[in-house]
Amino acid sequence: MARPILEVKGLTTTLAGGTITILEDVSFGLQPGEVLGVVGESGSGKSMLALSVMGLLPKAVRRTAGRIVLDGEDLAALSPDRWRERRGSDLAMIFQEPMTALNPVMRVGDQVAEVLRRQGIPAKKARQETINLFRKVEIPSPEQRVRGYPHELSGGMRQRVMIAIALAANPKVLIADEPTTALDVTVQAQILDLLRKLQKERGLSLVFITHDLGVIAEIADRVLVLYAGRVAEIAPVRKIFDNPQHPYTRALLASIPEIDRPRGRLVTIEGAVPSIGAMPKGCRYASRCPFRRDICEQESPRLGLVSSDQAAACVQPFGFEKPQEEALA
Amino acid sequence: MARFLAKRIAGAFVVLALVSLMSFAIIWLVPGDPTAAFLDTSATPEQVARLRHELGLDQPMIIQMLDWYGRILHGDLGHSILLNRSVTAAILERLPVTLSLAGVALTLALIAGVSAGIVAAVNHNRWPDQVVMTAALFGLSVPDFWLGIMLILLLAVKFDFFPTGGYVPISEDPLGWLDSIVMPAMTLAVIQVGFIARMTRASMLEVLNQDFIRTADAKGLTRTEIMLHHGLPNALVPVLTVAGIVAGALLGGAVIIEQVFSIPGVGRLIIGGILSRDYPVIQGGLLFLAVIYLGVNLAVDILYAAVDPRVRLE
Repeated sequence: MARPILEVKGLTTTLAGGTITILEDVSFGLQPGEVLGVVGESGSGKSMLALSVMGLLPKAVRRTAGRIVLDGEDLAALSPDRWRERRGSDLAMIFQEPMTALNPVMRVGDQVAEVLRRQGIPAKKARQETINLFRKVEIPSPEQRVRGYPHELSGGMRQRVMIAIALAANPKVLIADEPTTALDVTVQAQILDLLRKLQKERGLSLVFITHDLGVIAEIADRVLVLYAGRVAEIAPVRKIFDNPQHPYTRALLASIPEIDRPRGRLVTIEGAVPSIGAMPKGCRYASRCPFRRDICEQESPRLGLVSSDQAAACVQPFGFEKPQEEALA
Repeated sequence: MARFLAKRIAGAFVVLALVSLMSFAIIWLVPGDPTAAFLDTSATPEQVARLRHELGLDQPMIIQMLDWYGRILHGDLGHSILLNRSVTAAILERLPVTLSLAGVALTLALIAGVSAGIVAAVNHNRWPDQVVMTAALFGLSVPDFWLGIMLILLLAVKFDFFPTGGYVPISEDPLGWLDSIVMPAMTLAVIQVGFIARMTRASMLEVLNQDFIRTADAKGLTRTEIMLHHGLPNALVPVLTVAGIVAGALLGGAVIIEQVFSIPGVGRLIIGGILSRDYPVIQGGLLFLAVIYLGVNLAVDILYAAVDPRVRLE
């Protein structure tokens, strides 16, 4: 495989002066032109992962270990100012809430042009380029829209503006943090189509964060499953769906409602994610895992290769045998 | 925009009608009448009665009121009993004084207040924040007349930097005008600085927590760019409301400071009118102040639309 454009190694972040760990020893690589899907429940650390890579962690959260290597350069070793220069040029991010992510008193065109201006593009050219970008993200009548304000646009249109802002940076890596979650279902599909199209056209290297496995199936090449701040499993998307190795991944898949399944209660995962301040000593999924053994509560499993391109953090990954449906039911 | 303005102006007229009624009615609640100030104590009851007749004070209240409304609808605020001149002329003569005092005080208060508020917000919970907040609390708590007197004692009497009081029109001597206006304007501004600084800080802190600030950060903008282009324009919306209140207070409420610095402004005119029961001056002055307040509020409403595009639709 080629050298990854982005490589995160052993990323650990803590809260409240180190007493609470949010992300623990998270590692993954992103190949150029690849889409890495990141899934996990609320509070699993998905957004913290995105903000860590961007260098935008909230003040209370500290990165205590780990390297974030972008195109051969460790961002974590840079001064905050040098890291900032990477944002809006090498790194760009699309946020979850298009309703609040745009400045309400600034024309949307200016909010895009601002990124272009930073690259030294003169104002007039930046204005023209902004219109081109609006066309790229399929905003109708872009010449008029650039002069509009966010409140004049729908949620879907605002998310398109956010995408235009991200594209304006022409980034090496684009991070999309639940970009469709806050939108209506039909608009979700449109935005997803647009992102997929732009990714293909431009060969974007994309980290796509979501809690929706359906979305993952549509867009991702590989998938990273986060559970309670740790990587549970990482594998190509087909293997995640066809041959999941971690019991949590399997439980997640089982909980997707299916339209042709006989009617009944929706499948859920028993129990809840351990609370952030009270993580168990061993495997964090142990309390909810139907395959739990004594050892699971003693030591936390390391992420181990199951095959050449699939790794799971479980003492007894499923291997290649058939899923044990009855154990999950 | 035109409809928005029309609605505001219509509303202003309703308020004016109410204020004019109240400013007419309020003097009937105060004991005494202008004859006491006009005639000395040896005046015979006949003299008093004749004066009351001349001033129309012996008419039924309803007639006096209709008379008053008839005149103000013609733009005539009446004739001052004591000054023996038209109230309109007396107010207009003093208006430049009040306007320059309020204008300079407002400018000082806004510049100092907004900058102090930004410094505090950017350094939230660190020492510059604490210094600004303590100073702001001091500014809000110190009585303005005391501060004025202290400034006179220090800067005028002891060091002779500024005159102890009085007013020089700007048309006569711009430097002298500045000299005469600096101390009273500073005194007036101190309280308002505290007010504006606290408001700016609170508003800025709220804005800096918004998602679009994170977006700006994700664009790789510098902290200064984020503050100036994304933070401040949003934070200024509520500050504008405060600035409107402050402007109103400065235009109408500089009475005590005008007294302390012997400045012949509108506030002093009204106080004089109240003390001598000079009814037309009281009524005309109050009505005039109401017009000023409404004008300031209307200006603030229009400025809102300029600062915040979301206002234009409503």
